[in-house]
Amino acid sequence: MKGYKEKLFKAITYTASLFTIVALFGIIISLFSEGLPIFKNVPIAKFLGSSAWYPTHEFPEFGAFTLIMGSIFVSLGALIIGIPLGLGSAIFVSEIAGSRLKEIVKPIIELLAGIPSVVYGLFGMAFLAPLVRVWFNLDTGLNLFTVSVVLGVMIVPIIASLSEDALANVPKSIREASLALGATKTECIFRAVVPAAKNGIIGSVLIGFGRAIGETMVVLMVAGGSAQIPHSMFDSIRPMTSTIAAEMGETVMGDMHYSSLFALAILLFIITFVTNLVTELVFLRRSYR
Amino acid sequence: MNKRKLQNYLGVSVLSLAILITFGFLIVFIIRMFYMGSSVLSWDFVFSSPQKGMTAGGIFPAVVGTFWLTTLAILIAMPLGVFTAIYLTNYGKPVWLVRILRISINTLAGTPSIIFGLFGMAIFVNLMGFNISLLSGALTLAILALPMIINNTEEAIRSVPKDFSDASLALGATQRQTILRVLLPTALPNILTSTIISIGRIAGETAPIMFTAATFYSRRLPKSWNDEVMALPYHIYALMTEGTHAEAQVPIAYGTALVLLMMVLSISAIAIYTRYAIRRNRKW
Repeated sequence: MKGYKEKLFKAITYTASLFTIVALFGIIISLFSEGLPIFKNVPIAKFLGSSAWYPTHEFPEFGAFTLIMGSIFVSLGALIIGIPLGLGSAIFVSEIAGSRLKEIVKPIIELLAGIPSVVYGLFGMAFLAPLVRVWFNLDTGLNLFTVSVVLGVMIVPIIASLSEDALANVPKSIREASLALGATKTECIFRAVVPAAKNGIIGSVLIGFGRAIGETMVVLMVAGGSAQIPHSMFDSIRPMTSTIAAEMGETVMGDMHYSSLFALAILLFIITFVTNLVTELVFLRRSYR
Repeated sequence: MNKRKLQNYLGVSVLSLAILITFGFLIVFIIRMFYMGSSVLSWDFVFSSPQKGMTAGGIFPAVVGTFWLTTLAILIAMPLGVFTAIYLTNYGKPVWLVRILRISINTLAGTPSIIFGLFGMAIFVNLMGFNISLLSGALTLAILALPMIINNTEEAIRSVPKDFSDASLALGATQRQTILRVLLPTALPNILTSTIISIGRIAGETAPIMFTAATFYSRRLPKSWNDEVMALPYHIYALMTEGTHAEAQVPIAYGTALVLLMMVLSISAIAIYTRYAIRRNRKW
């Protein structure tokens, strides 16, 4: 009788585990089955390479190049803001702050991670964008610059917490050796500790990139939304995620527009999947055991 | 030597500057939210229905909607997540299954939330015919929360010293008894605090519920799991982008954001504080 209960319990844990795998495959299958039909009408090369995105015209065109570039520009912009702030904060917490200061700073950074993205979007749209418009004398404050700032701050906690883990894993002996050789604090940090934590830091940046490229609400509210390759950092821009979110409501289930948005989602999924996999396997070296 | 001292001083200053800028942004952000939000915030605002097509009144249906979405999602994800974590920590065989499982968890954790929304729309709303409803939204959010809960629970269980389970097994308890009576009770405080943090995360998610659960305007409360619901995060987005009375809608959006922010931040603050307290008082 006892053995039966043991087996039942074990079976329950197995079954629960299968749900996660099923969920992932469900996502992949649903994306592909809804998104692939577009490629019957639009060749992949045209979808990826053409800049003409006119999904609602009489003769619709589905060229996603500007949208892909939009996502890349926005994510790079976010990294330009997010890397110095996040990495700087991580180094500060790990190498400079005393243990009491650390106990205050770390929870605050954690708290920053808990702010919902739509609230960041509201802040960017209603507060930052008007300021940017006035400061730089522009037509609109909803542009690449503003969205990069907001997204950049959003990924600070991710970069900061993962980099800090990497820095904390650097053996104490490396710091001691460097300081004993007469290095100053700064020299010790930048010539000994940071190089030793290099892989973890690059990993944190890649995870931050994955988060930025997949973020929807902030870009939907703050990026401005016109599909063009930006010529300056004050141009309005339209990434893939905001295109999906903004246009899905207008589509009819199963039509070409609907399918093209799922195709964008496939692309997005592949980008984040590859980024994560490379990060996990190469930079964070997590073993799959 | 002086050059190196100067360089050292500069290096430390730049690093301090990074954290000062981050905190500066946070402070401006918090002040702005409280300043703008408090002008509309009142008990009446939280507990009354919206009026005049969103330009007046309160946000009660959205508060209730977010409460139910979050609660249902956690109730679905929690058992699945905890059992999966038990499997990973205690059974962990066959190896190929664990490998696939880990890849799935990490992939799900890194997948953009809008993709969960599309998945929910394709599967729950259309294929299974749940329509745009509380149920579709809660299921979508549950899948989003699953990797967080699994990872947190696994970490909590692994932090229980191996001596505990060794002692229990040595006394003749079975593996199931050891898990249920020794491992889980010991790990429980940590599991709960990290679950609370994931509650905060999913309560603020917008993209997954846009096409699965949320509706812009509803004067009545959801009556069953089959109803469309209003939700706080979607309400903020809708107020800022739909409708024509920006001057009336923006203050309401700030008020809604403040309510959401206070909910989410107080939940996370409690959890973060409890976690530090647990760590400090831990006897092993």
